[in-house]
Amino acid sequence: MEKIVNSNLKTEEYFINMGPQHPATHGVLRLILTIDGEIIKNVEPDLGYIHRSIEKMCERDSYQQIVHLTDRMDYLSAHINNEAVCLVVENALNLEVTDRVKVIRTIIAELTRISSHCLWWGVMGMDIGALTTYFYAFRDREMINDIFEETCGARLTMNYNMPGGLMFDIHPNFIKRTKEFIAHFKTKIPEYDRLLTGNIIFQKRTKGIGVLTREKAISYGASGPVARASGFASDVRKRHPYSAYDRVEFNQALSTEGDCFARYSVRIQEMWESMSIIEQLIDNIPEGEYQTKTNAVIKLPKGEYYQRVETARGEFGVYILSTGTKSPYRLKFRSPGFSNISLLNEIIVGGKIGDLVATMATIDIVVPDIDR
Amino acid sequence: MTNQEIQNMVSGWSENIEFSEEASQFLNITVSKDELHRICEKLKQTPELDFDYLFCLTGMDWGEDLGVIYHLESIQNKHEIVVKVKTGDRDNPTLDSVNELWRTAEFHEMEVFDFFGIKFNNHPNLKRLFLPPEWEGFPLRKDYEDQANMIIK
Amino acid sequence: MGVEKKRYLSQLEQEGFKQTISEDFPGRVIPGGNGANIVITSLDKIVNWGRSNSLWPLYFGTSCCAIEMMQTGAARHDWSRFGFEVARPSPRQADLIIIAGTIVNKMGPVLRRLYDQMAEPKYVIAMGACAISGGPFYYNTYSVIKGADHVIPVDIYVPGCPPRPEALLDGMLLLQDKIRQENRIEKVNPIDGFDEGELT
Repeated sequence: MEKIVNSNLKTEEYFINMGPQHPATHGVLRLILTIDGEIIKNVEPDLGYIHRSIEKMCERDSYQQIVHLTDRMDYLSAHINNEAVCLVVENALNLEVTDRVKVIRTIIAELTRISSHCLWWGVMGMDIGALTTYFYAFRDREMINDIFEETCGARLTMNYNMPGGLMFDIHPNFIKRTKEFIAHFKTKIPEYDRLLTGNIIFQKRTKGIGVLTREKAISYGASGPVARASGFASDVRKRHPYSAYDRVEFNQALSTEGDCFARYSVRIQEMWESMSIIEQLIDNIPEGEYQTKTNAVIKLPKGEYYQRVETARGEFGVYILSTGTKSPYRLKFRSPGFSNISLLNEIIVGGKIGDLVATMATIDIVVPDIDR
Repeated sequence: MTNQEIQNMVSGWSENIEFSEEASQFLNITVSKDELHRICEKLKQTPELDFDYLFCLTGMDWGEDLGVIYHLESIQNKHEIVVKVKTGDRDNPTLDSVNELWRTAEFHEMEVFDFFGIKFNNHPNLKRLFLPPEWEGFPLRKDYEDQANMIIK
Repeated sequence: MGVEKKRYLSQLEQEGFKQTISEDFPGRVIPGGNGANIVITSLDKIVNWGRSNSLWPLYFGTSCCAIEMMQTGAARHDWSRFGFEVARPSPRQADLIIIAGTIVNKMGPVLRRLYDQMAEPKYVIAMGACAISGGPFYYNTYSVIKGADHVIPVDIYVPGCPPRPEALLDGMLLLQDKIRQENRIEKVNPIDGFDEGELT
């Protein structure tokens, strides 16, 4: 078969546009593919279709208003993004928050991580072709949304963190409902494994596809599950702990193969680890105040500040250069998706278009996070 | 390695490096734009320092001057450093690209070109990334004005 | 049961309410129930019933409101109870576009091209504060279009940031009511005279 194809047939490369409106690109991302038959020769991402100039807006906003804008960047880990800006402000002002605030922030951050991985799993199944996973994942995600709605007031863009603590205290039902959710979800992940992980079609579409080595992962600045699946232990919760992560025990989910199936299993393992962190903390929430008083107008002293947190996608960083006024002079968000998308061209050349869809699903980008 | 040991090692490489640790949680070094590539290469390849993870590349407008700030970290040795460089020329700013040392710099430098107008030598694909290709002006500079689109509050 | 809401202009006009539009309004307002001050024939009633009960939306979500739109399609709040069964990825097979998310300067021509590719009759729902008027990104940005109705004509506005799935379902049911009162012959095409102009 190969001899017949390669001998007299003249083939040409051509350009195909996977345009901004596409069901498999997880948002408005445009990919310009150069393909030869079905083999991909080059991928160039074209960004900017949701560029809302958040960094320019932050140069005129007060610090409490900046917290509201970080929600809308990576909306699937909204709570963790808010926590990053709150930690920068608290460290710069040398403000001590109570233990109760730290523990509650950690519990809600882990619930957000489970919710984001749940949605990732549902949409990944849909991209590969299994439509049932979408409905199962959203059913479980609704339970987390109910917990958040009772305590924080909103389902998606929560704004529960503020510099100095939390906006309100937790609802009396919070502990009971979280325990019920954990007990329910522990029976669901084995069901998801039976449905998708052991399926032979799924395994053939993801094993050996899109391999990323450890040196390339470090050089391209990858972080999050993408880097951990290649053997690079990049978890910010272990390297530079913050909030209540230094008093819980958990393992980093690591793998050495670096292909799509490894990235998939790392995320499933992370859901188990998140549930174990919540179980260690949920019964011993310390008493105390839920808010430390700050001034109404917050002014950071002159200097540069940097804080990093671990969102569901990777390492999110906030860099602030302040000259002592009520808005920062320059604010920069280091987003995990921006570094992760730059390695797409490296790992997919030589594969087919179906492999591209599976790889994009496992890199798990959220496009407003890239474009800010 | 502690900040003092890093400072002793790096100050032997050139005379025009300034060190400072005030008003920041990392060790900051300011280099001149001609030596940027050489110093960065030594930072990456010296085995005791081994800065192989570039985690943040920021463009900056300091008022009279434009520049770039690099945040570097070493995964093995667990220390961090911040490198700052100024372009010296506001109308035609150019700098050397560090794309061969850290591959993540390719997209970050395209973003800095898009927002500040700093051109990078030896960059494989320097063009606008986020804004449409026919956009005029560089938005994140402090003297950018756009009467048609921006409503200032 | 519950609160009796008066939704239609004709109900309020019976009480003596007169709607006024200000002088400098740059667009055109077509009253709801397109051509409905003419009596609807029974053939129109049957055709409108069929059309309103099976609208197929297009997959178009740009940012956070897209997640709430996906929740509306999932199992708890299910939009296929009302006929929006299949969401099509291609605009040539869809009749409804739900703009969920912010529209920026680079995306404006793409949205206009998608709308032009849809076949008549087509409807538009603007979901969320960003699609109605720019939302939280109104001040101090250089790249956000302050409202999707600068680009395509909008039928229903659903406020919220993001709106709850029940609010989106309410907007979709209101669209179904609006379609049931259309008259095929006297209908005004909203895109007539709506040329491209400048994107601001």
